[in-house]
Amino acid sequence: MSTVTTFLRQPLVVALILIAALLWLGETLSPGFASGQQILRLLIVAALLGIVAAGQNLVILGGREGIDLSVGGVVSLSAIIAGNLMAGENGGISLAILACILTGAFFGLINGIGVTLLRIPPLVMTLGMLGVLQGLLVVVRQGIPSGRAAPALADFVSRDFLLGLPGILWLWVAIGLVMAFLLSRTVFGHRIYAIGSNEQAAFMAGVPVKVIRIALFVLSGVFAAIAGICLLGYSGSSFANVGEQYMLASIIAVVFGGTPLSGGKGGYTGTMAGAFLLVILQSILTTVNIDESGRQMVFGATLLVLMLFYGRGRSMRA
Amino acid sequence: MASIEAPARSRSSSAVKRAFERYPFLPALIILVVLIALNGWFQPRSVSLVGMTGQIKTYLALMLLAVAQTYVIYAGDIDLSAGAIVSLVNVVIVGVMGQWGGDGVTIFVALAIGLATGLVCGIVNGLVVAALRLQAIVATFATSIFFTGLALYIQPVAGTPAPTAFWRTYGGRIFEIPFVFYMAVLFAILLVVLVRTRLSLRLLAVGDGQQEAFQSGLPVTRIRMGGYALCGVFAALAAFCITGDTASGDPLVGGKMTLFSIAAVVLGGSALAGGYGTVVGSVIGALIIGFINSLVFFVGTPSEWQNLVQGAAILLALMTGVLVGRRARA
Repeated sequence: MSTVTTFLRQPLVVALILIAALLWLGETLSPGFASGQQILRLLIVAALLGIVAAGQNLVILGGREGIDLSVGGVVSLSAIIAGNLMAGENGGISLAILACILTGAFFGLINGIGVTLLRIPPLVMTLGMLGVLQGLLVVVRQGIPSGRAAPALADFVSRDFLLGLPGILWLWVAIGLVMAFLLSRTVFGHRIYAIGSNEQAAFMAGVPVKVIRIALFVLSGVFAAIAGICLLGYSGSSFANVGEQYMLASIIAVVFGGTPLSGGKGGYTGTMAGAFLLVILQSILTTVNIDESGRQMVFGATLLVLMLFYGRGRSMRA
Repeated sequence: MASIEAPARSRSSSAVKRAFERYPFLPALIILVVLIALNGWFQPRSVSLVGMTGQIKTYLALMLLAVAQTYVIYAGDIDLSAGAIVSLVNVVIVGVMGQWGGDGVTIFVALAIGLATGLVCGIVNGLVVAALRLQAIVATFATSIFFTGLALYIQPVAGTPAPTAFWRTYGGRIFEIPFVFYMAVLFAILLVVLVRTRLSLRLLAVGDGQQEAFQSGLPVTRIRMGGYALCGVFAALAAFCITGDTASGDPLVGGKMTLFSIAAVVLGGSALAGGYGTVVGSVIGALIIGFINSLVFFVGTPSEWQNLVQGAAILLALMTGVLVGRRARA
């Protein structure tokens, strides 16, 4: 009995059960919702969110109120830079990818320096950075024609790449494997959990706390940049603040995946399920024929209900 | 000689330290004075009575919302729905005023309904965060989506005008003194009264250490809910000001204010982790954001660069405030 309850309380299991339930609900409300083609489409959208959430996951795991609110800004900026450098030509892809990753790493580095060396709370530092990035978007968009995705990139994201699956899903699986390996098998991974659960103890044990925390923010920026490139491939052209929606969605995906915002425990496998869960939920609400206001109310209320399944805070009496 | 000088220096430095300990908003105040001076340098008219009135009229809403956010942050919580509550109250009061004619009495009825709306929203937040123990950031983000949906339901598009009597009064003068000054004074009195209440102190105690507060017999859940309720009420007051300033209803008017309100609280020297802070600091923080925005305009920044320069300046002010505060207290 108790093993069953423990099993059912695993966030990953909760997420998978909810995913199945939501797919069933979607199919009931609108036949064809859970068809192979539709699920594939949902997975592509989930991959975009999931890639952003990988970085968010790392920053949150590192603890000390770790959070990255600037990811949405990096996604938008990266999509615009990639679009402008590619300008619809396959030849520009490698340069665009390099430029985007460097950009993401740069802003992540500044976030990391502000958080570790100046000891600014991550929420505040990345919030300020978001303001800067939003301003930068206005400057970059001015005067430069908004770019277009290279055909190869668009195919990579939406078309059949290997064994009937588009490239972005293979990329997502690869990121999932790398994250799992990183978190469970490497010294770096163990140190992330160490600083996330007790920074002081980790420091005493000789863990280079600051270097690791900076690295987490850099990785968050890089993942957001990769997602920005993929997003450009998905939508074809870059437009204003396209990445804004990823800021809080990425945090919710992480929480739904069983990584508490307090850090130190959890992992990326759950986050992948969390991202998929969130995308299915949004998709059901689009399918159902209610107007925008009703959709938002239902979405907000559903998020609250779903959160009751995930790692609630301890009761004072316990 | 040296032996005489050394204690004297340490005494004066400890006086500075004490001042910073007692008034954690001092770094913010210094930044604000510098900003006002710079504003005056580049645009002398901005420090005149007219200029200041305009500044207060525009940023009174943000000041109130920063105060709203402060009460939640006192306890170590956060409210990402504060801006959504502003939007909701804005469309509610404009709707009620429009429905019932918009004369003196209905305006007061509408404001009362608006306050009740803010209070209910705050209590909902308190329930999900404190009573159901959901993580504050995600839970209040979810309620913000809900409140925004509700605001869109009440008024799907922006632009419904507020009654003339309402915004004329807000933007006008009584006895030659701009109305917003009366509001600011009322606001100040309200804050002084609240500082002396038990709730402020108890919120800070909870923020300092929930478990300890609970073990010393404080009703932690109720206190945190009280913080959210107070936040909802101040968000409603912020909505009154923004309605007076923009003279219309807009279901998305407050959305962008949430993050500014958090920035203002931190600029004001309060700890985001809870346990210490001042509402005065948050008001100063909101003014800093306001004066940064106007300074960026006055120095003649090209329009497409304004957002970037504003964002960078706010980030710089945040860093300076954190650094100066820490250096002074260390």
